[in-house]
Amino acid sequence: MQPAELSAVDIVAAVRQGDLSAVQCAETFLNRIEAGNGSINAFLNVDREGALACAAKIDARRRAGQPIGPLAGLPVAVKDVLCTANLPTTCASKMLEHFRPPYDADTVSRLRQADAVIVGKTNMDEFAMGGSNENSAFGPVRNPWDLSRAPGGSSGGSAACVAADMAPVAIGSDTGGSIRQPAGLCGITGLKPTYGRVSRRGLIAFASSLDQIGPMARSAADCALVLETIAGHDPGDSTSLVAGVPRYTELLEQPLTGVRIGRVPDHFAEGLDPEVAKGVEEAFAVLKAAGATVLDIRMPHAKYGVPTYYLIAPCEASSNLARYDGAHYGRRCEEAASRKGSRASDGPIAYDSPLVEMYCRSRGEGFGPEVKRRIMLGTYALSAGYYDAYYAKAMKVRRLIRQDYLDAFEHVDLIGGPVSATPAFKLGEKTGDPLAMYLVDLYTVAANLAGIGGISFPCGFTKSGLPIGFQLQAPALGEPLLLRASDRFQRLTDWHLRRPKKPVR
Amino acid sequence: MNAANAPTAAPYTTIVGLEVHLQLQTRTKLFCGCSTAFGAPPNTQVCPVCLGLPGSLPVMNRAAFELAMKAALSLDCTIASFTKWDRKNYFYPDLPKGYQISQFDLPFSSSGSLEVVDPKGTFAPRTVRIVRVHLEEDAGKSMHDDTAGRADSRIDLNRAGTPLCEIVTEPDLRSPQEARAWLNELKLLLEYLGVSDCNMQEGSLRVDANVNLHIPEASGRIAKTPIVEIKNMNSFRSVERALIYEVARQWEEWQQTRAELGTMPKQTRGWDDPAGVTRAQRHKEESSDYRYFPEPDLVPVTVPPQQLAAVRASMESPPKQLRQSLQSQWNISAYDADVLVNQGRDLVAYFETLASQVGGGKVASNWMQQDVLRMLKERGGAIADFPVQPAGLADLIARVTAGTFDTSRAREIFAEMVASGRSAADVVGAMEIAAVGEDELRDLCRELLARNPKIVADVQGGKEQAAAGLIGQARKKNANVNPGEFRAMCLEMIRAMGR
Amino acid sequence: MTLSRQDVAKVGMLAKLALSDVELDTMTSELSKIVGFVSLLDELDTTSVEPLAHPLDTQNVFRDDVPAPSLSTAEALQSAPRHDGQYFLVPAVLGESGAA
Repeated sequence: MQPAELSAVDIVAAVRQGDLSAVQCAETFLNRIEAGNGSINAFLNVDREGALACAAKIDARRRAGQPIGPLAGLPVAVKDVLCTANLPTTCASKMLEHFRPPYDADTVSRLRQADAVIVGKTNMDEFAMGGSNENSAFGPVRNPWDLSRAPGGSSGGSAACVAADMAPVAIGSDTGGSIRQPAGLCGITGLKPTYGRVSRRGLIAFASSLDQIGPMARSAADCALVLETIAGHDPGDSTSLVAGVPRYTELLEQPLTGVRIGRVPDHFAEGLDPEVAKGVEEAFAVLKAAGATVLDIRMPHAKYGVPTYYLIAPCEASSNLARYDGAHYGRRCEEAASRKGSRASDGPIAYDSPLVEMYCRSRGEGFGPEVKRRIMLGTYALSAGYYDAYYAKAMKVRRLIRQDYLDAFEHVDLIGGPVSATPAFKLGEKTGDPLAMYLVDLYTVAANLAGIGGISFPCGFTKSGLPIGFQLQAPALGEPLLLRASDRFQRLTDWHLRRPKKPVR
Repeated sequence: MNAANAPTAAPYTTIVGLEVHLQLQTRTKLFCGCSTAFGAPPNTQVCPVCLGLPGSLPVMNRAAFELAMKAALSLDCTIASFTKWDRKNYFYPDLPKGYQISQFDLPFSSSGSLEVVDPKGTFAPRTVRIVRVHLEEDAGKSMHDDTAGRADSRIDLNRAGTPLCEIVTEPDLRSPQEARAWLNELKLLLEYLGVSDCNMQEGSLRVDANVNLHIPEASGRIAKTPIVEIKNMNSFRSVERALIYEVARQWEEWQQTRAELGTMPKQTRGWDDPAGVTRAQRHKEESSDYRYFPEPDLVPVTVPPQQLAAVRASMESPPKQLRQSLQSQWNISAYDADVLVNQGRDLVAYFETLASQVGGGKVASNWMQQDVLRMLKERGGAIADFPVQPAGLADLIARVTAGTFDTSRAREIFAEMVASGRSAADVVGAMEIAAVGEDELRDLCRELLARNPKIVADVQGGKEQAAAGLIGQARKKNANVNPGEFRAMCLEMIRAMGR
Repeated sequence: MTLSRQDVAKVGMLAKLALSDVELDTMTSELSKIVGFVSLLDELDTTSVEPLAHPLDTQNVFRDDVPAPSLSTAEALQSAPRHDGQYFLVPAVLGESGAA
């Protein structure tokens, strides 16, 4: 039995039946990580000892006939934006390079409760800000399909490690597309649940009204399995939804007859790569053949999604990241020079006091350029005199964008389309122009603004062998339909089973 | 205006507004389950939420919101049917998240008032309008530390996250005395409701004052001095002293500079209690751009009318109402009612029980003020621990009314009751207080009348009050002599002599 | 919409970010571009539109006033860059509280 070739559903079944030990399974993936991480850099931290110890305990319990959790023995990689107690949690930033939180994120607790085996923390864009995983303070992640290309971001590490079979499933986070877009560029399946479906407690916040945690795996069925465990109300998160968690894995079987899928002609404007356009149209055809109806719809405010997002997200982030000031945790600059009380200055800005100098230098040293850019943008847009023109304006346009979805969902049950305008781009291609990088989120930001769920999965490959992603979006709490439609697609096609040509050994 | 009936114009009017922060009396903090108990060792009442650790999230304390509502209702505020929280962003080491969760444009309450009445009448009743009462979290504490030749601040985050009500008044107060009195009234009110223990020494109540002067000019125009915010006052007395100082300082400065409101940014001055002066603080411009925006981690709160009605119904009567009802129900003066109410609900309850048993408010009120309160002050402790119950005191009072002994004797008995915890009957027995028999009294009378011919002559001459001079002598001979009885007997005997 | 270097320096101080001369220049041009881009929203007439602060309509979430375990002082200070076993230590705070 080759664990790296099994789906998460099969791994869990095999462990339960005793055909595969949790230790065997963990070891397989840990070895693959060790062999492959050097070239891909998907992992920032691997907890070999912890994972094997956990797996051994699960095996012992199973052998003793004691109950084991629904994810028993399943290796899971966790994006380094989620707190894992006493394990490094860095957000791929120098600011938190040595930070070990004293508690587990709610998602991590649930995974542990379910007997999943956490193998390590994955690389990401720093503080989840980016679309290519080139903003990590610890080196970029490379796309397993073409090591000269980006895997997407900010959950680039999670996407790459699943694509390279270094873990059967990974946990990512999505604020403007950070699960769906890298899943699309890496040829795997990634789900951003409805806002509030999964608790944000322990998720290091980027933009609080947009962030969601979600599963990334080879298939919708595997995503469904993980979502069953991590979804649910958490009284420790005020924005967590009080809604029962359906048995997603049991709702996959229903056919798609009668399901109406919206197609937005505006999505196919100039700028969409022709091969991607073709892949997306073929996906619609598959869904149609499966019984769904495809209807053209309009999303009148779609073009305002990216500017709206790039106001709201940086504004919230500028506040969420204020706590990283070197005072109570995280990086503090070297203090000796400033403690004499002299009015030091680094360049054009003079410091009021040693305390202010400590803040400014700690933050200046700890944050990378993209993070600084967004903090500056957010601070500016919230500042006196600008609030109404920027942040308040963006909140109003957000309502219009949400209304577009509410109107659309009167006529369709799902909205389909591209997840990214291009397949995986070259590393360094967009890093010179922040705006160019922001536009990679073109198809994904709206779902976060509206608070609804979206999934992306592979629907084809370019001639050069790069994955093409397809996105489905559903009304709030529409995860059962998202998963079911994706699963149906994956029964009729095998794009999701393809592996990179040069397998990581 | 005719010079003959023009009022004497004061050179200026003092304008004072107050900003009060009070810690609500909940067991746990506003957004997490850490204890709010005072005096714990540093950084022992903290958790990821109030430490602002990465990934932490706030969840609102229901009891805090309800206490805040009670506070606002007691101040006659309108409670908003929809309210939300906002982030107030600034950097300070006692604020670990880099923002304070507070309320900006939609506070949960607004537009109330609280009147202060001086029972001694040194100022006319003053109604102070409340602009708003909102609910926010407190910051931690930072303390300067100069040890080892290095300037550090030590940060204790135990207090961070404690629920605070911020009460902002209109500038309706017109003197430092009024301000102090109003604060006392506010404190009494909030203590009565169990909202806060209002202890300035422990920091559960903090006050900042805004003050300026309005100066009528000859032209009829009113010139205004720049508003100064005074901080760092640690008691209501400090508030009064600081305002007195600041008013004088502003008047002095006005005469020298004629600088008016609007010509300079608002000044903050700290009160230095030992030195008795206010001092200008460094003006920090950037810190005033708080970049408020709605708190995304908290959801809004709606207060339906039924909930509001339920909270109102659960509220105990406030001091003002209690004063009025004591006056009308027990027929005591406004002054007496004020003294009693100022001592708190428990003492009022004691009084009311006593008054009902004694069958009258005035007698009970006198005993309360002259004896009970005096003893409480001497002994320390609260009325709840007072050794004499209302029934015991009522019994004593009844004996006095019956003439068994006089008031000063009764005081001695009462002191013994308090010291020993025994009933009046027991104490009387122990002190061998027995009513003097009629024969014994007659003998005593005869003896003293014989010894005091002048007094007898005075009484026979029509001056009955002279008989009182014999009482002291009688009591010296026998402490148990009832003055009233003795006097009556003397008069009777003297009259008998006269025939 | 162009931001001046001075505007950006002010924002930098509000955000407590140390910026070198070079960074200040780069930031000024980048922010000007980005702000120009997001000003696309000015095309829309939103006078009668209510702002949307929360994507979903949850309200009235509370917790009971029941104590929960706190961290130990050691745990609270474990990530502190400088502490003395009881307190967090930071360079001296001058003057009074940071908030007006």
